[in-house]
Formats: sequence, structure tokens, C-alpha cells
Amino acid sequence: MTEWQRVCELEALVPDRGAAALVGGHQVALFRLSDSGEVHAVDHLDPFSQANVMARGLVGSRKGVPTVASPMHKQSFDLRTGQCLDDPEVSLQVWPTRVADGWVEVQVVARSRAA
Amino acid sequence: MMNQKKKLAVVGAGMVAHRLVEAMVERGADEAWDIEVFGDETRPPYDRVALTSFFSDRDPEDLLLGDGELWKRPGVRLYRGSIVSGIDREAKQIHARNTTFDYDRLVLATGSYATVPPVEGSDLPGCFVYRTVDDVAELRAWVLDREAVLGRKVKGAVVGGGLLGLEAAGALTALGADTTVVEFADWLMPLQVDQAGGGALRRIIEQLGVSVRTSTATSKLRAGRDGKVTRMQFADGDKIPADVVVFATGVRPRDELAREAGLELGERGGVLADEACLTSDDSIFAIGEVAHIAGRVWGLVGPGYSMAEVVADRLLGGDATFEGADLSTKLKLLGVDVASFGDAFAATNGSLEVVYADPTAGVYKKLVMSDDAQTLLGGMLVGDASAYTNLRPMVGRALGSDPTAWLLPEGMEPPSGSSLPDDANVCSCNNVTAGTIRGAVTDHQCTDIAAVKQCTKAGTSCGSCVSLVKKLMETQMAEEGLEVSTALCEHFSVTRAQLFDIVRVSEISTFSELIEKHGTGRGCDICRPVVASILGSLGKGHVLEGENATLQDTNDHVMANLQKDGTYSVVPRIPGGEVTPAGLIAIGQVASDFGLYTKITGGQRIDLFGARIEQLPEIWKRLVDAGFESGHAYGKSLRTVKSCVGQSWCRYGVQDSTTLAIDLELRYRGLRSPHKLKLAVSGCARECAEARGKDVGIIATDKGWNLYVGGNGGFTPRHAQLFAEDLSTEELVRAIDRFLMYYIRTADRLQRTAPWLESIEGGIDAVRAVVFDDSLGIAADLDAAMAAHVDTYEDEWAATLADEKKLLRFASFVNAPETPDPDLVYVEERGQRRPADDEERAVLIAGASIPVRDAEVTV
Repeated sequence: MTEWQRVCELEALVPDRGAAALVGGHQVALFRLSDSGEVHAVDHLDPFSQANVMARGLVGSRKGVPTVASPMHKQSFDLRTGQCLDDPEVSLQVWPTRVADGWVEVQVVARSRAA
Repeated sequence: MMNQKKKLAVVGAGMVAHRLVEAMVERGADEAWDIEVFGDETRPPYDRVALTSFFSDRDPEDLLLGDGELWKRPGVRLYRGSIVSGIDREAKQIHARNTTFDYDRLVLATGSYATVPPVEGSDLPGCFVYRTVDDVAELRAWVLDREAVLGRKVKGAVVGGGLLGLEAAGALTALGADTTVVEFADWLMPLQVDQAGGGALRRIIEQLGVSVRTSTATSKLRAGRDGKVTRMQFADGDKIPADVVVFATGVRPRDELAREAGLELGERGGVLADEACLTSDDSIFAIGEVAHIAGRVWGLVGPGYSMAEVVADRLLGGDATFEGADLSTKLKLLGVDVASFGDAFAATNGSLEVVYADPTAGVYKKLVMSDDAQTLLGGMLVGDASAYTNLRPMVGRALGSDPTAWLLPEGMEPPSGSSLPDDANVCSCNNVTAGTIRGAVTDHQCTDIAAVKQCTKAGTSCGSCVSLVKKLMETQMAEEGLEVSTALCEHFSVTRAQLFDIVRVSEISTFSELIEKHGTGRGCDICRPVVASILGSLGKGHVLEGENATLQDTNDHVMANLQKDGTYSVVPRIPGGEVTPAGLIAIGQVASDFGLYTKITGGQRIDLFGARIEQLPEIWKRLVDAGFESGHAYGKSLRTVKSCVGQSWCRYGVQDSTTLAIDLELRYRGLRSPHKLKLAVSGCARECAEARGKDVGIIATDKGWNLYVGGNGGFTPRHAQLFAEDLSTEELVRAIDRFLMYYIRTADRLQRTAPWLESIEGGIDAVRAVVFDDSLGIAADLDAAMAAHVDTYEDEWAATLADEKKLLRFASFVNAPETPDPDLVYVEERGQRRPADDEERAVLIAGASIPVRDAEVTV
């Protein structure tokens, strides 16, 4: 069963700047990209520092891949897959997102791995 | 178990001994050898060549060689203040420290003495030699004391117009003495330059206020009624007043230990040694200025270093030899460049001389060429030795069609880089060839100057060859197809300094426009903050305005410092560390109300930890209402201007350091720069504000302010270097304005002032010229840029609190703006809270039986 949670209006997300949100009990980091207009949602928890900070990381690109860098120790992650680009063993969980009637919605899924 | 290691004793702990031990350790020889070094001075080995800098830097620690780790290694031992009184060659023992030490091999590196000519009165109080840090310290104390007692400028006389004599004259002049140099020969520096060169040197030096007497013999020194030297008499009957006399007439090898031990000596002194540096006893080596090898004693540090390398190699079973060395020298004496190299005196049969002289500019240059005018044999340069670095490695090689081109002031750029043969000696201090430097690129993957210096040691002693080393490295990298990358990151192919200029001269004021026109992609965590900083430095908008907000690291974005658990710390500005009791109470009340952990910082202010993102505006509203403003602890910008209390309270203070510190902090607050900036002001020479550990340090003198630049603490601590002396407050502020702005314009990303000064061509002297002589014609521009900064400063926190839209970013969750992060856990320690560690966290969470991580939160 897929359940979508309405989180905020699209206009509440500043392009290329993250925002944290609570989605089905998880802390999620949302990013709205300026060029593609896509909205991505990944874990807000930084797997390296175990602090909830990913939404405060800088958005960028690495060889065309849209990225977010942890504000704690600057590891970069692929915003589309959650894969850490500096350590193949580490990744962020990714949540499906959609925009409906000007609202950002995130699909509530069970956590796929241990916290 | 018995110690299987062999024992090496080294007598003498100067520069050459240091190099020997360093070379042994580098080759892993300390595995096989226990090394004991005996030095009669109380200091570890220091840079004697830079002795005079002790007058401006005033800290003998700065002269020490290496970082001291060498002497802490197991198997390496330095005995300071230890005179070796005898060698027992039969028993293979030396006598020192009232006991005996065994050796398997002994190295004599005792150096030389400064000689004092047999002149009546040369032992009077006030007569000095110029050889050790202690000599220099005593000389300095004497001059300052005499000045105070006599109540007038001190009259100084230096006997000897050679290299050391001019060094000493420079030191006396720097101490404020009226100085006369007395030389027996017909011109100054007779060993390095010819009569015309000596004449040019004399003219320049006299213009600097130093008197020169050549062809003059000193006959007698007379004491005054107090028994101290007061007058110098000459053989021709003339006399001059002299409150201090320095003898710099030469050196003689300290070979008495060898003499007593029965080792063979050279005819005019020095321990006779062969090309392996072995003396007449095959267990004893001699190196440095005490060694007489290949027909002479070698009085420069470069050949001494070569001997040290030879001995290290021999001790490991190698067969290296010392067969003489390049005696080329390049010096800056009293600010005047003097260099001589190769056959400077045209002793070669049929040699031709090419001379360029410009008496008005104070320049004399001469090249000595072979009889067909093709091959460079040597030369001398007075007044402008910039060609030295390129010319010296060309000795013995064809110079090309027109040798005179090398001598013209701003003529053609002489060939260098690829044209230099592999065996050309580029760094004569450390004997590094062009081939070795190229090898550092090809075989050791060095791609920047720091790596090449570390790999080859080139440029690590006197530093005069660094520009050539860099050129060689870059040329080789280009040949290897390696890009000499100065790109900021994958999105911008230019340096930060170039980007700065692009933004400065263009109308561009947004990141998106800049990356569209001058970069690629979306940017990254490197270039985005750099652009934000540049826009900030140039006053192009509030750091949190519009698109700029997306460029900022979280620290700059929420104007607080991110801590390990995702909360922030808050630092209100306390200019100069001066705070009223009411201000302290206000800060304390805020900390207490929000449960913030409180700690005093090293920058004389207060850090409040544990503020959640959504609490920041509330906390700052309280602080702003109490009269505080942002301390920019989060920014690459001015942090603090630390100060001592100064003249207003301190019984030693000579200036009002607190007021100056507050004025400077208010002037430069909010200034965005390539890295953080720290300043300090001390009210007297006791230096309680630790100003020399800062990017800009100011120390009060009774005449004004001394300005130091380029210091920092942190991972690689640096002492700031003297930039200017006795400035008025107005001059001081203008100098700092220009220094900071020039740094902001030209430094690399995250490059602090110390490495920036090193990276600038010409180093601190070049920056001094920009600041005081407007050598680049940009001073007015720099002044205007700083004036604009001062005029447009506003408190970022007050501005943010007044802007509803900016406050949105402090929401903890976009769909629950005031809900605290549910994962934060704290424990109490010494009456305050701190983040729980993993273990404490497990206990606390389990104990409360709340599955925090997966808690259902309804919104």
C-alpha cells in the first residue's frame, strides 16, 4: 500500500536549499532543485555523524550528478539515489516525492534498514 | 640484551651537525646508530645565517632549525651547554659533562670562532663579536642600555667591511645607532666583489646613513671614565667616537680539540680531511667550517651541508665524496642585494667581462665570459641581484647570443625552466639539481611547490631559489601533460583571486549569473561559499539576501556554529574583550533561560552551546535587545581583536591597547575574507595579548605601534613577522586596511595570511611595497574598498530579526516549525549539560523506554 503525506507548499521550499520535514515518524530532508525543478527527499540523519543535519547541507553537482554535502564533514551524496559519493558503503534512504496542486507530497515507506 | 647499535658522537651542534643528524634519520641510520650530539651553546641548532633577523623578530625560537622532533627521537640525543674537553683516540672516548662517552665513530663539527685582531683595547666593555645568538642578544642589550644611559643616539663602529661586518652594521643601524664601517682593504666586500662593485655598494650603503671608511686600519680603542669603550683611533691618527664596537674581521676554525688529539691540521688551521671527510684517524670525520678539505676551509653553509650528507652516506657504507663546492653567495645586506658566483674576479685566462653599471640607480652588474664570449664563467651583482637565480645554474654553459640581455633591469626574460640542464645546481644550500626537481614531478608525483620542497629539500634553507624551483616544476608538469591546476573546483577553472577580479570588475552579483557566464554545473560546497564570501567582501548584498542564501554553509546561513549533535553555538561580539557587568549578566541570563552550556573562548568572549536551530532567533532577539551584535564566529571573517588591558590600568603599558583593539574590531567586523581573521593588540613589549600568534598583531612601543603580520595558531602555528615599526595610529590603520584588502583580493580559498605571504611572489617585502609604497598602484582602490566596507556594515542578526522572510529558515521542520529535534539527548556534567555519548544515549533512551528513533510523530 502506498501512502502519500502532504508536507508543505512547493513555494515554501527555497530552490537549492534544503528543508527538514517529519514524515511518518521519520526526519526527512527535502531539496528543490533550481534548474530541473525536481524535489528530492532523503534521510535527514547524517550517517557519518549521527546528527539530524542533512537538510542543512549545500546542494551542488558532481560530474552532472545532483548532490548534497553533509554540513558536518562534507561527504557528498547523490540526491537521486542517496548513494554516498565518497564512501560506497554508505547511503541515505530515498523517499519518492511528487508535487500535487502546488503541494509537495512524500511517500511514507517503512524504513528499509536499521537506524 | 646487549645494545647492538653502534655509537656516533658529534661534537658541535650547529647547522651542519643538525643536517648530519637529519640526513642520518632520513636514511633510517638511527636504526643502526645511537647518535649523541654535544653543543656548547644552550640552544638547539639554529639558523646562524639568519642571525640578524633576530633583531627584528626578537625571538630566538624562530631561528631554531626543524621542529624539534628530531631531538626527541629514540636513539638521538642532544646535550646542550656541553663542552667536550678532550678526545681519547685510543679508548675511543670523549670527555664531556664530567664523564666519558664511548664512540665507534666521531664527527667533528665544531665550526669556527670569530677572530678579534690584536688591537689595543679590543677587550673593553662594549666590544663584541658577531657569531652566536648570545653575541647578538648581548650586543642588542648593550646598545639599548647605552642609549638610555647616554640619552642620545649610540655611536657604533664595525671593524670589517665584509659579509659579516655589513650584517653587523645592518643590525646596529636597526637598533638606532649611528654606524661606521671600517675596512682595511680598499673597498667593501673585497672577497665577493671587485673595486667597481665595492664602490657601488658603498654609495648605496652611505645613502642609508651608514658611514664607510676603507683603506683604514684600527689602531686603538679608548675607554671613557666609566671604563667602557668610547673612542676608536686609526693608524692614520684620525679618531671617531664609538660607544659600541663590533669585530667582524674573520673566522678561524675551532680545531684545538683535534690539535690536542694529535690529528693532522691544515697549514692555516682546520682539521685535514680527505674527500670522504675522514681525518688522519679513520674513526673521526670532520665537517663544516672546521674541516680542511680539497685544499681549503669552506666558510659557507652549503658546502658544510654537502659534507654532512657525505658522512651520513659513508656511515651507511656508501662511497660519497666531497670534492669542493660552489661558493656562490647571494645576500641582502642592509637591504642591498649582493651576489657573486663562479669566477667572479675573471681569473680565467682570456676571460671577458660584460659590465652594466647605473650609479644613479645604485646598480652594478658584471658577467665573466669565456674568451669566445659564449660560456658564462661567473659574475657579480650589486644593488639588484634578481638575475642571480637564473644565472648561477648557467655557470659553465653557453648563455646564448646576447649575454647583456641578462643584465638589463627590465629586459628580456632570460630563459629558464626547460632550458636548464638536469645537472645544473638549482639550490646550492641543499645541493639540489634541476633534474632532481623534475624527478619530483615525474617519479614522486609532486604537483605543488610545497610537495616539491618537502621531497627534494630545494628552497628550504635560504629560499632564494624558490621561484626557479616553481618554474621548473610547472614546466615539467606541462611536459608531462599534467595540468598545473589552479582551478577552484570542477565548476570554476579559475583561482579564487581571478574569480574575485571577475566579480569586482563585472556587474555580476549573483551566483547563477556567475556560474552561467564563467563556470559549469550547479556548483558545490567549495565554490558556493567562496562566491558568497567574494560577494560579501565586495559589499554586494546581505549574506542571507535572495539567492546568496543558497551559497552559504549552514554556519553562515543561520549565523551560528554547527556542533556535533546538530545544534549550534552562539557568540555575541565583545569588542576587545571589554564587557560591562550588565552585559555579562544579560548574556548569563540568556544562557540560563535557554539552558545553554557556557564557555569562555580564546578570543576573549563567551560561547553559548546547545542552541537548537528554531531557538536562534529568540536567543538573538534577547541579545540584540541587550545591545549585543553578531560576533561572526561562524564566518570566514574577522573573529576578534584580542587585547591586554594596556596603559589605562597596567603599570607597564605604554599605549592604550584596549581602545585600539575595540576601534579595530568595530572597523573590521563583518569583513568577509578567504579564511578567518584574528587580530590582537598588546600594550607593551611583554605581549600579553599574544599578538604574534595572529594574522595581524600590534605591539605598542613608546613611539607608536609595531605591526606584525602572518601569524596563526592551529595545526601549523606561525609567528607573525615584523611588517612595520613605530607607526602612528593613523598610519597603522591605513596599513592594516591595505594589508587585509590585498589579502582578501588575492588569497586562495581557505588560505590564511601566513601561507598567503609565502605564496606571493616576493613574499612579505612585496606586500610591504604594496602597502607602503603603492608598488602596484592599487592603494587608493584598497582604501576605497575598506571605506565602503566600514560605511555599509550592518549587524546581520539585527537585520535578520527585522525580516519575517529570513526568519523562515530557522524552522526545525517545514511542517512543524517549532518542534525540537526529538533525537537530542543530554547529560549533566559539572553543573551544565553536554550531548550524551553513544553509551549514555543507549542507557538513557532504553531507560525511558521510548523508542525515539521510530516514534510516531503526528503533524
